[in-house]
Amino acid sequence: MSTEESSVTEPVVADGDVSGDVVLDDADSAATEPEPDPDVVMVTLNGREVAARTGELVIAAAERHDTYIPHFCYHPRMKSVGMCRQCLVEVDTGRGMQLQPSCMITVSPEMKIDTESPTAKRAQEGMIELLLANHPLDCPVCDKGGECPLQDQAFSHGPGESRYIEEKRHYEKPIPISDLVLLDRERCILCDRCTRFADEVAGDKLIQFTQRGNQTQVMTFHDEPFASYFSGNTVQICPVGALTAEPYRFKARPWDLAAEESTCTSCSVGCRVVVQSSRDEILRYQGVDSDPVNHGWLCDRGRFDFEAVNSDLRLDDPMVKTDAGLTVTSWNAALTAAQQLISDALGAGGAEAIGILGGARGTNEDAFAWAQLADALGVTYRDAQVGDGLPASILGLDRATIDEAASASTIVLLGPDLKEELPVLYLRLREAATNGGSTLVEFSTVDTGLTQYAAHSIRYQPGLQADAVSDNAELLAGDGSVVVVAGRSNLAESPDETMAALAAVLAANPNAKMLPALRRGNVVGALSVGMAPADPDHDGLATLRAAADGKIDLLVLVGADPLNDCPDVQLARRALAGARRIISIDTHPSESTKHADVVLAAAAYGEKRGTTTNIEGRVSTLVDKVTTTGTARPDWMIAAELSLMLDLEGGLAQVTSVEEVTSAIAAQVPGFSGVTLEALATDRNGVLAEVVPALLAPVTRRAGQRNSYDHRLVVSRKLYDRAVGTAMSHSIAKLAPGAGAHLHPLDVDALGANSGSDVQLIGERATAILPVVANSAVPRGIVWAPFNQGGAVEDLIDGNAAVIDLKIEVL
Amino acid sequence: MSTAITRDYTPGFYEGDRPKLVTSRFEYEDSYTLERYLSTGGYDGLKKALEMGPEAMSGEVKASTLLGRGGAGFPAGVKWGFTPQGVWPRYLVVNGDESEPGTYKDRLLMERDPHQLIEGCLIACYAAGLSQCFLYVRGEMAVAHERLADALNDGYEAGYIGKNIMGTDFSVDVILHWGAGAYVVGEETALIESLEGERGMPRLKPPYFPAAIGLYGQPTIVNNVETLANLPFIAANGSAAFTAIGTETSPGTRMVAISGHVKRPGVYEIVNGTTTFRDIIYGNEFCQGIRDDNDLKAFVPGGGSAPWFVSDQLDIPFEGREASAAGSMLGSGAVMVMDSTTDIPEAALTLTRFYAHESCGKCVPCREGGTWLLRILERICSGHGTDADLDQILEVGQSICPGEMPHAASERIGLDATPFPYKMTTICFVGPSAYAPLHSALTLFRDEFEAKVVPAPKRISIPVAVAGS
Repeated sequence: MSTEESSVTEPVVADGDVSGDVVLDDADSAATEPEPDPDVVMVTLNGREVAARTGELVIAAAERHDTYIPHFCYHPRMKSVGMCRQCLVEVDTGRGMQLQPSCMITVSPEMKIDTESPTAKRAQEGMIELLLANHPLDCPVCDKGGECPLQDQAFSHGPGESRYIEEKRHYEKPIPISDLVLLDRERCILCDRCTRFADEVAGDKLIQFTQRGNQTQVMTFHDEPFASYFSGNTVQICPVGALTAEPYRFKARPWDLAAEESTCTSCSVGCRVVVQSSRDEILRYQGVDSDPVNHGWLCDRGRFDFEAVNSDLRLDDPMVKTDAGLTVTSWNAALTAAQQLISDALGAGGAEAIGILGGARGTNEDAFAWAQLADALGVTYRDAQVGDGLPASILGLDRATIDEAASASTIVLLGPDLKEELPVLYLRLREAATNGGSTLVEFSTVDTGLTQYAAHSIRYQPGLQADAVSDNAELLAGDGSVVVVAGRSNLAESPDETMAALAAVLAANPNAKMLPALRRGNVVGALSVGMAPADPDHDGLATLRAAADGKIDLLVLVGADPLNDCPDVQLARRALAGARRIISIDTHPSESTKHADVVLAAAAYGEKRGTTTNIEGRVSTLVDKVTTTGTARPDWMIAAELSLMLDLEGGLAQVTSVEEVTSAIAAQVPGFSGVTLEALATDRNGVLAEVVPALLAPVTRRAGQRNSYDHRLVVSRKLYDRAVGTAMSHSIAKLAPGAGAHLHPLDVDALGANSGSDVQLIGERATAILPVVANSAVPRGIVWAPFNQGGAVEDLIDGNAAVIDLKIEVL
Repeated sequence: MSTAITRDYTPGFYEGDRPKLVTSRFEYEDSYTLERYLSTGGYDGLKKALEMGPEAMSGEVKASTLLGRGGAGFPAGVKWGFTPQGVWPRYLVVNGDESEPGTYKDRLLMERDPHQLIEGCLIACYAAGLSQCFLYVRGEMAVAHERLADALNDGYEAGYIGKNIMGTDFSVDVILHWGAGAYVVGEETALIESLEGERGMPRLKPPYFPAAIGLYGQPTIVNNVETLANLPFIAANGSAAFTAIGTETSPGTRMVAISGHVKRPGVYEIVNGTTTFRDIIYGNEFCQGIRDDNDLKAFVPGGGSAPWFVSDQLDIPFEGREASAAGSMLGSGAVMVMDSTTDIPEAALTLTRFYAHESCGKCVPCREGGTWLLRILERICSGHGTDADLDQILEVGQSICPGEMPHAASERIGLDATPFPYKMTTICFVGPSAYAPLHSALTLFRDEFEAKVVPAPKRISIPVAVAGS
């Protein structure tokens, strides 16, 4: 039996769970081997001899050998609980055939398993009948109908009728258990999947069983919603229609959905997803169990931000600035205008007068095409980051995969709060710390999502991270494997400080591998395929400075929105004002598109084919599940058109399909030679690009100790902020926490302020007024503020400063 | 006028001319005090144990073949041997969550002789090498809780509990925990979950015993109150003195709680293995017969979850194997007697209602099946049942207990016994408990059920999944 659910939520590659290359499906080869493999256990399954793995559950071994055992509570990525009793089969371990739940017993030598004996079948039918006794059987109006394991298995393994003529259980239905998830307790069969997920996998134990016996129900705690970043997974793994997610409720029937596998680009973890659409509209993402990456899980931002693709606010058509402001025009006219702007800039100031920023929000092909265009024009001001990441040279370090990080004996966290920025990486590392025996060593200014799982969580004042690392070098020096996860932990602190800390880790343990925690969807890909600056004097911040100084004639924003992305927002404002002309290629109108002379409507996620690269360098495919909005085009196509119109050298002008660009990347980009179309088509989990070794540039540290009258500023991201993908998705936009200055409760008292009252943060550059929030996750002496929440904290950030010290006054 | 309730809720206890291993102090008013305990040989067993060393003490317990008194009847010494050596800490958990219908023997042991239980705990910890003891007492037993708390305080003060017990290097802490009122917590793994602060739900099996992985993931021995209360006697007098009483397979004595339609309900310490049910129900030193000298209709031999016996089984001794062969179990040692005036379907309904209500909700057959049985039975008892419902009870039961169900023999209807145990589709025994008594009632007294139902016009079912439609 194969259901939609089982193909989507359960592992694509089952052999990832167990180490060792075991020949499994061929009994003959096991027999001819000279020595019995200690990892193989021979068992009899429905009369046939099959090879199972040592320690494997009977249900998993049977399914691998094409014998489906019906089940509801069993999930391969979670601990078995044996609640539903649906997977009862007859097992003989030498004491005669006995009914046993196959999700709870592991295979043993000579075991005899009968999944279809009359006793087993009677038990399975009995369980279905019992499960359906109180189930409302409202399949015709249930969202799950058509992809429902209970419905499917009632057909395949049920008795076909119910003899339950008593009154069914009644509850109010449905009740919201969070802003995104609704619970229908009448449909619930109490399989413990959602509650187990929340506890075991997500670490947000916010839903639990209450009551008992026949009145047992899943419930949140009083006045505490199921506000988990991972709540959407519970909807996906629910084997009935009890849990539904607000964005998909009543939108479609499963049989009307067309589905294709793709990769999520909301952040750079690169979770595999299935994009499901109906009537040319994306309606749902479901996580796909990719063993090296996401294990089937998604964060709610990645799962629900497809709403931005369907947003009414999308840029449908290109626009050109006229006296009447930005006016919709034809592609021909817009591209001609863009071509004219490029020619003018070249004529006026040469290639030095052009800056190209962006590429991190698009595909590898988009970034590569624009990098090719930049190369052909001779443009050196280019970057896929705008002062919000780390220097591209970190990609030249010995890179760890996510699997290597999650199995390292020591995981060093230098980076941001992974729960907020790379949520599924957080899940993997959390699992490594709680189950896998990895030791987490965290260097952080404030408490993060992983702090409670860290063996050592070391606090430092912004600017002193490298000292904190050096002082604790003995924690990193062990014999076991060490992986350092490095990203930008504080947007109000120079990236040099993180680079110095990274250098200190490598000094303490030269064998340490690095996993970059850069957030934006394809930032690693864009930097790898040519959108990295050649030197620090031409990086994103340098480009903006040059524009602010009036040295840039033409600024091309390829999906970049400096006014929202760049921490130094004052610099971004001056740059957009100082650049003479601006071309913006974007999917949605943004602060930055308002300043543009030409706006080219870009195809969004789900509307274009191509590849994306995740933090570990894994290249995987994206699909064009729906047609583009309006006349929007993919970025690479725009670059190719302009290349043709400008009559430039190089192959870009001749490109006619995205596959040609993918092949060109494989042919030309160092490290990407293995990333061929064939390789991508063969492995659904994607292909790892090779690392091109590079040395870390030496950095100068400039931060000193904090003046005891001041507070030092930490600005970092929350999962939900005002970024386009979130802000344009109505379901999750409301979840942004809002601006605030978070201080230790004692600091709030010391200031004489109250939580919620406004305080004035006085920096060298500006003064910002924000409501104060007492937060014990923030150490004393630090102000922590979430980034891009609509407040004024970004005004305080100076991209040139090592750290930002603030005086606080109560208003 | 005062309407104060004057009824005494303390269960009756009746001694006779029988060996007293665990009830020797019950005759004293102040049996629960440390002074009385010490003046009647208290803590002598612990002293002896400390002198002979843990291996010898544990050997004594093994030699005594002391069977667990909680229900399953597993030898305590063997159970102790399941703990892996060298893993610390290791815990003793005392199962004082006595909630089986009809059972109130542990309550008396805790209320009337708390020091005896504490001494038993200390001996067990010493012999099995356990570092900490948790006393889990049922939430409803306020007096037991209070007296144990007082006893622990006195014991700590007198140096019998805590650090360097009686001047030796043996140290054990005893922690008293009050349950929150759930029958299923009497199941040892659910008790451990509850003790950890989780929902009281049975844990997965395997591992079949928490000995290896129990409380807080550590090796844990869970023993019943009565089991531990026997240890001071064994330690003080040796295993030979213990095995001299009772039979070879069931040595010692047993606390039996008798309720229902007898003249003198209460708790009796009986000689294990030789006393018959007839002795217990009709014996002069026991219950002295049925109330109003009515006829016996049926009786529950071992707690509410046991299949029922009828007068045919009166001469079976109170012994585990004999009861199994006859189609039931001794379980918690509670006998409930029903005389000829009993409405059998109503009696079955009472038990089924209890077990359906006490289901923790984990396993589907118990959660859904128990309530289904209850609904059917409620309809039958209120006059809305059909004869198809009687077969439906057996069908639902098949989903809880597949295969042949144990039941007693009955000459009246010409039925042979099917021996215990049953098979089950649930993790713990709560699920089958809702069905087993009902099944035996329906098997032994089908005529009484049939008298309450009308013939069904046709079988009722609702199609839920029709292949190919």
